[in-house]
Amino acid sequence: MGKSITKLVIVILIIALGASVFLFGMNFNIAGWHVSYPSALDEDYGIRQGLDLVGGSSILYEADTDSATDAEMESVVNVLRKRLSALGYTEATVSRQGDKKVRVEIPAIQDPQEAVKTLGQTAKLTFRDADGNVVLEGTDVKNAAARYGQTEEMGPNQHYVELTLNDSGVQKFTEATQKAATLKTENKNYIAIMLDETVISQPLVDNAINTANCIISGGFTDSSETSELATLINSGNLPFSIKDVELRSIGPTLGEHSLETSLVAAGIGILLIMLFMLLVYRLPGLLADISLVAYIGIVAFLMSWLRINLSLPGIAGIILSVGMAVDANVIIFARMKEELAVGRTLKAAVSAGFDRAFIAILDANITTLIAAVVLYYFGTGPIQGFAITLGIGTVVSMFTAIVVTKFLLRQMVNMKITNTWLYGISKRKEA
Amino acid sequence: MLQKSLKIVEHAKIYWAISILVILLGGIFLIVNGGFAMDIDFAGGMSMTVDFGEKAEGLNLDEVKDLVKEVAGASVGDPVVQRSDNNQVVIQTVTVENDIRDQIQNKILEKYELAPEAMLATDNVSATVGGELQAQAVQATLIASLLMLLYITIRFEFKTGVAAIVALLHDCAIMLSFCAIFRIPLNTTLIAAILTIIGYSINNTIVVFDRVRENYKRAKHGNFNETVNNSVKQTLSRSICTTITTLLPVVMLFALGVSSIRQFTIPLIVGLLAGTYSSVLLAAPVWAGLKKWQDKLKRRKLHKR
Repeated sequence: MGKSITKLVIVILIIALGASVFLFGMNFNIAGWHVSYPSALDEDYGIRQGLDLVGGSSILYEADTDSATDAEMESVVNVLRKRLSALGYTEATVSRQGDKKVRVEIPAIQDPQEAVKTLGQTAKLTFRDADGNVVLEGTDVKNAAARYGQTEEMGPNQHYVELTLNDSGVQKFTEATQKAATLKTENKNYIAIMLDETVISQPLVDNAINTANCIISGGFTDSSETSELATLINSGNLPFSIKDVELRSIGPTLGEHSLETSLVAAGIGILLIMLFMLLVYRLPGLLADISLVAYIGIVAFLMSWLRINLSLPGIAGIILSVGMAVDANVIIFARMKEELAVGRTLKAAVSAGFDRAFIAILDANITTLIAAVVLYYFGTGPIQGFAITLGIGTVVSMFTAIVVTKFLLRQMVNMKITNTWLYGISKRKEA
Repeated sequence: MLQKSLKIVEHAKIYWAISILVILLGGIFLIVNGGFAMDIDFAGGMSMTVDFGEKAEGLNLDEVKDLVKEVAGASVGDPVVQRSDNNQVVIQTVTVENDIRDQIQNKILEKYELAPEAMLATDNVSATVGGELQAQAVQATLIASLLMLLYITIRFEFKTGVAAIVALLHDCAIMLSFCAIFRIPLNTTLIAAILTIIGYSINNTIVVFDRVRENYKRAKHGNFNETVNNSVKQTLSRSICTTITTLLPVVMLFALGVSSIRQFTIPLIVGLLAGTYSSVLLAAPVWAGLKKWQDKLKRRKLHKR
């Protein structure tokens, strides 16, 4: 008996400690050792919070073409990622949705208009000669940088973009300028630098130029214009134009409020579940409450470790799986109660209750898991978010019911607590 | 404790009649209203939620409407301007160009001297997007149903699978009828709610069938009614407990949540109740009915010989 109590106490302590660390994080110094673990609610390392919970913008772009190949869509995703990080939205996510759509989600952005415009540009950089032939492309550019200063001796200071060409670019540029210079008599000695179909600069060429650097200047009024152009050139062009078919923005105040109230509601809901279990099932109910704490700790750990994006549908998945985690215990205890009622010993009742309940729990959870996997596989966005939390929740609930609750019950049996009232068997029935 | 046995199978026709009545009522509402109310998620459109703060009191909604019309021009048709929770006002129009959306936003902030934070949420969605999500949800539900049917057939029997899937589709139908009757608009969150109920309903039903499977092994052959009635009775306290524990957090979300969350919890509560109703009262009788039907067919064949 003494051994069982020790085991029980140790396990309960581990569960309590683990759950509180995973949920609330820890941060302290012991004898020069710095120990820290981020809370599940930590913005940087905890569970990723969906836009409907923290606020931000979600933009859905659709390829403006009839047939987009997989490779082309991947390149769209890559280009958008580069542009987002160049624009400073490092927390943004880009994901493909369906065959020809890409969703961009930017948390905590107040005014998404600028971002929408910059991100959505095709941004195909071309250098063209007077006859419109493309002589140089964005792929020939090694790097673009926004600069401010004189572009010619004695000239005024101005904003410009400096391009560094790669080897093939230098060669093409030399040939093109050489050719352009010969056309001076026809007044065709210029090269147009175009972004998509817009001319952004059209410098005159007098001699062949064979340096790796070239400059785009002309009418930039401030540094934001040049840095945007440099960003677009550096991130490369999209294979086709894309248009935004959906734009949703949620202000940070509304988002924050959603998260806060959901958390409070979930917390109170869970406390009520615990109270309910305690009242209905008494001692086993207490054990179910302990394994529910373990369940919450494990789910919080997995969700922050896998950096799962939690949004409103995801919360629904979690609520459902909390219900199921408790349900598995309810099934076990209901069976146990039945066995006790027909006069079995506690030990026999526990093990029979478990064996019989196990099959029901397994079948019920596997069917739910099938639903979660299919929804994850065939769904996108909100459907996927729901599926992933439901899937994690189902697996963890099976674990806590089959392993944690079973362990706790076994210790309890070994402690030889025989008062049947504690097991929810009423006096009336015994008589 | 009541020792009286339940007569679930005997009364199953009444339980089914109640459900079918609700579903029919939903159907009638659908026909009368010309389909579901669609949120902009599915129908496409622009929606703007503005927190007017103290200025909400005595705010002339028609004035806001005129302002929107003035900025956006005739192309937006007739915008809808409504009060929502607290001091919020929701403005809805058809899908507009993003710059027009911006202009509307700026004009409202300017005219009512509101801070940019007052613009709580804006959505601008083209109609095609929602259709895809709907199609996806329906497709996923059907595939999931087929796979679950397969699993249940392996672990139980085909008839159990059919009964479980019928119960599951019943729950979806009840939720959709509820939305049709109370004009709750279909949107992404509703799809999440329906998916939640699918997971819940199947889980609940399987626990009942687990007991049916066990009891049927010991029962005299052909004693389907008693098997079902006993199984439902034995699992009843568990069914009720589980419904309560699942409802608790959902009801808390309803009581405390912001409006978008509340929107999501109402159909969820309806679905949870429908799910319990169907797994306790509807699913197992369907199994018993199928079994009896099969027996009858067999007997008829024997007769002919």
